[in-house]
Amino acid sequence: MQKLIRIEPSKCIGCKTCELSCSFKHTGEFAPSRSRIYNEVFLDEAKFITVTCMQCDDPWCVKACPKSAISKEMPSGVVLVDKDRCVGCRTCVSACPFGMIKYVASLGKVDKCDLCGGDTPECVAFCPTGCLSLEEEDKPLRQKVLRFVNAMKDGQMEA
Amino acid sequence: MSRFDLKGWSGKLLRVDLTAGTCTDEVLNEQWAKEYLGGRGLGTKYFVEEVAADVDPFSAENKLILAAGPLTGTYGAANGRYMVITKSPQTGTIASSNSGGYFPSELRYAGYDMIIFEGKAEYPSYLQIHNDKAQLVGAVHLWGKSTKETENLILAEFHGDAKIASIGPAGENLVSFAAIINDKHRAAGRTGIGAVMGSKNLKAIAVRGTGGVKIADPAAYREAALEAYGMLKQNPVSGQGLPALGTPVLVNVINQLGALPTRNFQKDTFDGAESISGEALASTYLKRNKGCMGCIIGCGRVTGLAGTRFGGDGEGPEYETLFALGSACGVDDLAAITRANYICNEYGMDTISAGATVACAMELAEKGLVSEEEIGMTLGFGDADAMVKLVEMTAKREGFGEKLAMGSYRLAESFGAPELSMSVKKLEFPAYDARGIQGIGLNYATSNRGACHVRGYMISPEVLGLPEKLDPQATEDKAVWTKIFQDFTAAVDSSGVCLFTTFAIGAPQFANFCTAATGAEFTAETLMEIGERIYNMERVFNLKAGIDASQDTLPKRLLEEPISDGPLKGEVSKLGQMLPEYYQERGWSEGGIPTDERLEALGLA
Repeated sequence: MQKLIRIEPSKCIGCKTCELSCSFKHTGEFAPSRSRIYNEVFLDEAKFITVTCMQCDDPWCVKACPKSAISKEMPSGVVLVDKDRCVGCRTCVSACPFGMIKYVASLGKVDKCDLCGGDTPECVAFCPTGCLSLEEEDKPLRQKVLRFVNAMKDGQMEA
Repeated sequence: MSRFDLKGWSGKLLRVDLTAGTCTDEVLNEQWAKEYLGGRGLGTKYFVEEVAADVDPFSAENKLILAAGPLTGTYGAANGRYMVITKSPQTGTIASSNSGGYFPSELRYAGYDMIIFEGKAEYPSYLQIHNDKAQLVGAVHLWGKSTKETENLILAEFHGDAKIASIGPAGENLVSFAAIINDKHRAAGRTGIGAVMGSKNLKAIAVRGTGGVKIADPAAYREAALEAYGMLKQNPVSGQGLPALGTPVLVNVINQLGALPTRNFQKDTFDGAESISGEALASTYLKRNKGCMGCIIGCGRVTGLAGTRFGGDGEGPEYETLFALGSACGVDDLAAITRANYICNEYGMDTISAGATVACAMELAEKGLVSEEEIGMTLGFGDADAMVKLVEMTAKREGFGEKLAMGSYRLAESFGAPELSMSVKKLEFPAYDARGIQGIGLNYATSNRGACHVRGYMISPEVLGLPEKLDPQATEDKAVWTKIFQDFTAAVDSSGVCLFTTFAIGAPQFANFCTAATGAEFTAETLMEIGERIYNMERVFNLKAGIDASQDTLPKRLLEEPISDGPLKGEVSKLGQMLPEYYQERGWSEGGIPTDERLEALGLA
């Protein structure tokens, strides 16, 4: 099964360390605007939402690229941009419905999450609360199911 | 113009002439950056070089400096802080006030280390910065608005991703302890810097930056960060206490010690402590925990009052707020304290001085020194609704609020009882009674901005046992410890990192960060020297401003009236036993004046 960055929003504290560590690893600078992961802070609602590329099974960006510069690698499942082939036409930027691939002016190429090419993406390594993890299994989903199941169980105990 | 070749710093400052309406970029002074780091140190260096010590804080000649540090906007510990530097209208001393959130880092992503505001705008204005474009625009439509409303309006009209610092009505009304609020709930709270901003007709600063902070040695910086992360996670305060309960974790701790100032320091244990504790907050109004930019501690408390008689939401209360609006006023109603905290954030006021000033008024009323008619209501300790009402009246300068807006010292003085103001250099105490904890009293008396815990947090060794446990009642060695804490704090305040990290990481770790980030060489020793240089620079400014050693003291109550209750009953501050040794440790004269030799050694002569 494919490993993905799993996100547990309830653990997030809105510190944007994921954006900082991502941009630092890939650009050598602390520049959240260059991060491939997004930690959005909604001050009024007290909600912190983190999103990044989910490495689609049938990616829009791959289908859209006229130079075949983007591919879904197997068995890792990572959707990768071949920087040598990319001509910076930004068709993939338009195609991705989630905005998770972006054009970088200083490179003249597009850039997206590649899971840091190993077992521990930098954002996962530096996340201070364990909100982010790299897992085959969707543990945050399992937690949600368990909360629901436990509520049902508690209800039955009372009945 | 000179060049700036180091990394870490952005190497650029923005000078804003409010009188002329101009914004000009300047290269940061590289020599000063190495000698004073950034934030509190570098901002104060620019300030003392450019502003006369006898300046009237509300005159156009006073300047307001917003300064990030070379580590602001990076990761590694809790790296989202900045400092505001000016001359304080509350104390008449050098003022520097610290805040976190997201605004300080955004300033760096826009390419600036610092903004210097000078002069005075003709009409309400605010500053817009979008990367290298900066301009002053009208703020007549924002004047009178709360900090929250101001941010929402600027987000809608300027840039949806902007980070904003602003003043509320309290700053506009020149309340002597008005704050600058950023990211809606984070306060550069103390010493009335918001009033200086208001006096300049400057409503807000809005920044959007898409650049980055450059690092000299990324691999070494990453290593330093991993080391610091491990230390912060393993430390009981930064790794457990603060993440779990925030600063309110201290309510029960300090109350059990018998040093939680209650009823304007007439008692030191509070019967209602449990109901205003961190534990109580967690089980009532807490919505979630929050960190500032690049923070791994996450002590922020996002709260809401839905379902109470108040309503509303925001951040806080912090520990100091629970004391000032709570135990100091004898108030054990957590919802009322939280509501008053929101009022302070929205109107832009320091919660400590606001609460402590109401507490002072309560004692004046209790002693019959001020009448019900003068206050416009009955007032006594424990009256939660009156406390909330008076906090709001203070911000608006409404009725008796006009008197409260002067701060506790001028309030008590105006009723002939200045000794009832629990303050040093007219700045109200935070939440630790110096009679029970000797070293913190020495720090209060000698702090360059008045009674302040975050200029030399002696609570760390004396109560929390970090980095080692000292006997809080002993006076021995407190002088040397206080000096070390004050100097180290000055360096940390200049780096852009949160002081709370220092429970776990020390000067060697900060040296690693600064060296890797900037490419200049820093050691634990040079950082401590930078801290001492900053401390002496501030002291020299205060002396020139007429704040001399006679003000290195504590209120009579702490020196002469023993604690009346609890485990520390009978104790008084033994300041007189520690102060001469402190001057000696600092290389100052018996009259508290830095000697020429000392200043020369620090490069200040």
